Amino acid sequence: MTTANAEVISLFDRDIISRATLDAFSKLNPVTLARNPVIFVTEVVALMTSVVGVEDLIHGSGAAFPIVIALWLWLTVLFATFAEAVAEGRGRARAESMKRARSDTMAKLMIDAKDRKKVTLTAAPDLRKGDLVLVETGDIMPSDGEIIEGVASVNESAITGESAPVVREAGGDRSAVTGGTQVVSDWLVVRITADPGSTFLDRMIALVEGAERRKTPNEIALNILLAGLTLIFLLAVVTLIGFGKYSSTNFSIPVLAALLVCLIPTTIGGLLSAIGIAGMDRLIRFNVVATSGRAVEAAGDVDALLLDKTGTITFGNRMASGFFPVPGVTESDLAEASAIASLGDETPEGRSIVTLARDRFQFAQDMPANAEVIPFSANTRMSGLDFDGKSYRKGAVDSVLKTLPQAPDTQFTEAVARIGRAGSTPLAVTANGRLLGVIELKDIVKPGIRERFAALRKMGIRTVMVTGDNRITAAAIAAEAGVDDYIAEATPQDKLDYIRKVQAEGRLVAMCGDGTNDAPALAQADVGVAMQTGTQAAREAGNMVDLDSDPTKLIEVVEIGKQLLITRGALTTFSIANDISKYFAILPAIFVATYPQLEILNIMQLKTPESAILSAVIFNALIIVVLVPLALRGVKFRAIGAAALLRRNLLIYGLGGIIAPFAGIKAIDMALSVFHVFS
Amino acid sequence: MTIQGLLYIALVFALVLGSAFPMGRYLAAIFEGRVKYFSALENGFYKLAGVDPNRAMRWQDYAVTLLLLSVIHFLLLYAILRLQFYLPYNPQGIAGMSPRLAFNTAASFTTNTNWQAYVPEAQISNGAQMLGLAVHMFISAAAGIAAAAAVMRAFTGSGLKSLGNFYVDLTRISLYLLIPVTIIAGALLVIAGSPQLFPNVPFATAHTLDAGSQTIAMGPVAFQEAIKEFGTNGGGWYNANSAHPFENPNAWTNLLENWLDLVIGFGLPIAFGFMIKDKKQGRALMYAMAIILALGCVGTYAAEAAGNPLHIAAGLSASDGNMEGKEVRFGIPASTTFNVAATGTSTGAVDSFTDSYMPLAGSIPIFLMQLGEVTPGGVGSGFYTIIVFALLSVFVAGLMVGRTPEYLGKKVQAKEIKLAMLGVLILTVFILAGAGFSLMTASGVGSLANGGPHGLSEMLYAWTSATENNGSAMAGLSADTPLLDFGLGSAMLFGRFAFMIPILAIAGSLAAKPKLPASAGTFPTDGPLFIGLLIGVIIILGGLQYLPADTLGPLADHFLLYSGKTF
Repeated sequence: MTTANAEVISLFDRDIISRATLDAFSKLNPVTLARNPVIFVTEVVALMTSVVGVEDLIHGSGAAFPIVIALWLWLTVLFATFAEAVAEGRGRARAESMKRARSDTMAKLMIDAKDRKKVTLTAAPDLRKGDLVLVETGDIMPSDGEIIEGVASVNESAITGESAPVVREAGGDRSAVTGGTQVVSDWLVVRITADPGSTFLDRMIALVEGAERRKTPNEIALNILLAGLTLIFLLAVVTLIGFGKYSSTNFSIPVLAALLVCLIPTTIGGLLSAIGIAGMDRLIRFNVVATSGRAVEAAGDVDALLLDKTGTITFGNRMASGFFPVPGVTESDLAEASAIASLGDETPEGRSIVTLARDRFQFAQDMPANAEVIPFSANTRMSGLDFDGKSYRKGAVDSVLKTLPQAPDTQFTEAVARIGRAGSTPLAVTANGRLLGVIELKDIVKPGIRERFAALRKMGIRTVMVTGDNRITAAAIAAEAGVDDYIAEATPQDKLDYIRKVQAEGRLVAMCGDGTNDAPALAQADVGVAMQTGTQAAREAGNMVDLDSDPTKLIEVVEIGKQLLITRGALTTFSIANDISKYFAILPAIFVATYPQLEILNIMQLKTPESAILSAVIFNALIIVVLVPLALRGVKFRAIGAAALLRRNLLIYGLGGIIAPFAGIKAIDMALSVFHVFS
Repeated sequence: MTIQGLLYIALVFALVLGSAFPMGRYLAAIFEGRVKYFSALENGFYKLAGVDPNRAMRWQDYAVTLLLLSVIHFLLLYAILRLQFYLPYNPQGIAGMSPRLAFNTAASFTTNTNWQAYVPEAQISNGAQMLGLAVHMFISAAAGIAAAAAVMRAFTGSGLKSLGNFYVDLTRISLYLLIPVTIIAGALLVIAGSPQLFPNVPFATAHTLDAGSQTIAMGPVAFQEAIKEFGTNGGGWYNANSAHPFENPNAWTNLLENWLDLVIGFGLPIAFGFMIKDKKQGRALMYAMAIILALGCVGTYAAEAAGNPLHIAAGLSASDGNMEGKEVRFGIPASTTFNVAATGTSTGAVDSFTDSYMPLAGSIPIFLMQLGEVTPGGVGSGFYTIIVFALLSVFVAGLMVGRTPEYLGKKVQAKEIKLAMLGVLILTVFILAGAGFSLMTASGVGSLANGGPHGLSEMLYAWTSATENNGSAMAGLSADTPLLDFGLGSAMLFGRFAFMIPILAIAGSLAAKPKLPASAGTFPTDGPLFIGLLIGVIIILGGLQYLPADTLGPLADHFLLYSGKTF
């Protein structure tokens, strides 16, 4: 796996923090802040309190309290804008590295599609969809496009971070090229498929910078809830003027402002956009680019994963898993002969035979100097090694048997039949014309994948294996990997049909794919992860692109989606649960002048009414900063089932949200009293 | 507190929750059209009314029909109250109500509130009671239950366009539930001694022990009393409400009325479980309601049983607690349980006077109302309100399982949250702005019988009771003033319809959504964890905004009393 974009940005990166500090102030602009109702209201009351403080200062009446409250209310706003700025800063830092790839290259615009000689030099930004350009060795791809003609190796490190060049050619599944990549050898004729500003790189930069960030559906709904709560508490505080007047109490603006800001959900209001940006950032760090936040959210909701067998569930290649000798031959002898026959075989299958023999039977022979490698041919369907007059062969069972004088015994045929039933491939092995036994070549299920599927099942996600294998093989591997279902002999249409069927049951489906024929299924799926190596059509159809082209990552994408939602829910719950203790801090403090008997409600034993109110406001502001790392890192997702996860998170963020501020406010009050601030 | 007292509370809960299950099953059968005892009568009625019982109504049709019916009945009741002098069955020759009192009373009975700004014995004729008020006790209750049935249907399947037929729901609920039970319960009350006389009887004359004489209004009391409780209405034939021996003759009828009060409210979530074919979901909602109500009952009982500290200090107190404002024949536990049940539902009937309760005990009924009347609330309204809280619970905490929130397979999205918050906001506006504003006016302060925090409690109680359609009052407030007649009248109308219509809209929106199958990743909404969460959300999102006002009212009252200050 590559790591270019995945460079670790420290949570407290100095540059990001200092830039974010500046941005936090520029984000105070009420016009832009109005998008966040909770923090906007906080800013308005901070302003009102400041005015009161200044007035009191001019009149020379105790201005210290309103000024200190105003200061902390402004800090509350600043901490919220700072949280957003830090999240954006981290995205921007990633975008910077991508922007370097987007140099203003000159493109060779072809005037005549047939003639590669006739080109005019044009600046990349002037290229339009449909233009044909010639890209030769050393040239930077001016924009996204589809290869019309030619084969070339392309260095895509600017996008993927992987420096080894990949082959791109016209036709087939590898015909897409991306702006910013470099042709290392040969030439390509490319039809431009993106207008300037909308290329893959442009979109990626815009996404990670957060410039194109639109609120996701769940975020919009949450914002409505927060705005509603803000209005409700605004009502509670404003009407308190009436109740106060009746009770012969005039509440001052700083006191009401403090009460209001402590009650409205400033914590989640301040961190909401940071959580969203950070979720996107986590995907990018994972080398997956989502075309919208909506897709990340949908990933958390996925009920079924469609996974390609090869490369995702199993290693791409079959591997030797056992030696089954004929009577009279030891397993060790068979292993040794198999390994010798494979010494010259550089295919993964061949190497796996040598490895297995080495692991199980300490086979340690090197390639003899005088050996002659007999390569595999479609004709003989055998390969092997000849040396010192000895010959070792391995190959397809029927082909090998044809070279032998007599029929094999039943133990051999039974072994072959059993291997076939298990969905594996048998290879017969001979030494000097004598049949020694059979090797089982098996699709090896990746270690740990079974456990991951079990974990997914616990979260209510079904896994479906998609394979071109026949039903017997598919069923055997499906059982071994522990998937819930499989589609054997799958055609692209089968995939599409399956997705539609599952969706008709009301479930959300995620899949990944790379070929053009995957495009309809990718578009149909709720989360479609296209491989960066895939075709342009596939990349357009999906709503995420995996830059590493690693289909296993679908599972992580789902986890990242869930993590985003969990973080949002945890901080919302925490924020709302905080209100209870803040009431206990502020209500006795503001009413005690009228009814001294209410001092009994001051269960935290806060020193003075002023220090109680101030402590609550300070806690309310500081908790935003304290939770910034959690918002950026995200609450860890645990595959323990929804009920257990809910119990756990409700305990930490719900009950914790009720208890934590009691401790925090008390601690701040004690600190204030040490310095004799309002106490 | 005594063991007997706590056992009484336990008995009420056992009777109510025990019968909630068969009641829920029966309600579901009514909603699903499986009850057909009087189908000939029912169909004849549809023909007569020109209603097509098979018409499927979208949520808009359902809401408009419900609203239209309410408007017509509101106008009709207004006319009856204004013109009662000219209408039959007015043996005492009571004059027509003033426009503003008639407005307030018509709003009150159309909205199932039964706030009584009038004095029944003096300001309303027997005919108006029977034909005006009692009829509305059936219709407003049936309309509330019908709305609950419509909300239930939203969760029964995918892509539903219809929430049912309002006329059919209204008819079936009246015919198969309200009328038969009222007849049976009314008969029981008659046996116990409640009068059920022709409305042309003027009054009875009684000779009191001190040789004076007293007139007592008479009429068809028993049946009105039955529907008063069963439909969570609360409007008594007498000003003294269920403390009056003709409304509530003895301890048995007290228990019966308490049961009638609660049984539909607790039966509805059970019915919901049957409708969605997942009984555990319905039970979870019912237990959340029951736990809050039980805490309220025990808390109020404890506060009253502890007695008045000033009396105790003066050596005046009886050992059994604060008996002021209570009927000796009922005693403390039966009185507090009756009143808490009547504020936990939107009944508002009383058999003892909340104004005379210890302040802390009085704060519990007020808080139960502020929670949105969900414990178990008014018939129908309590159910659809707790659904709103369930949606909010799932929305706030549901994200913590890593999926966008869904309740019973229905995704909770921006539209639902917007409508739910709108509903909560409307209630908050009327309660807090109404009470806060009234206390700033001379007229409002003039209505109060007491000063200080106790006076604040009276005003807060009135606005809370009206907005939440409860109808009970802390006696003491003079409510027949222009400010309170119009103000509380509007609060009742908005508290009912401006809350119900957004919820029907939510139901419409949810009905159309696909019902997602539950999986291991689904937020579980049927276990103790959800019950706890739901209770927390009801208290935090439903009640916390009222805490500052409550602190200046009943809580301050309580602590002041304990320091020796009274109002």
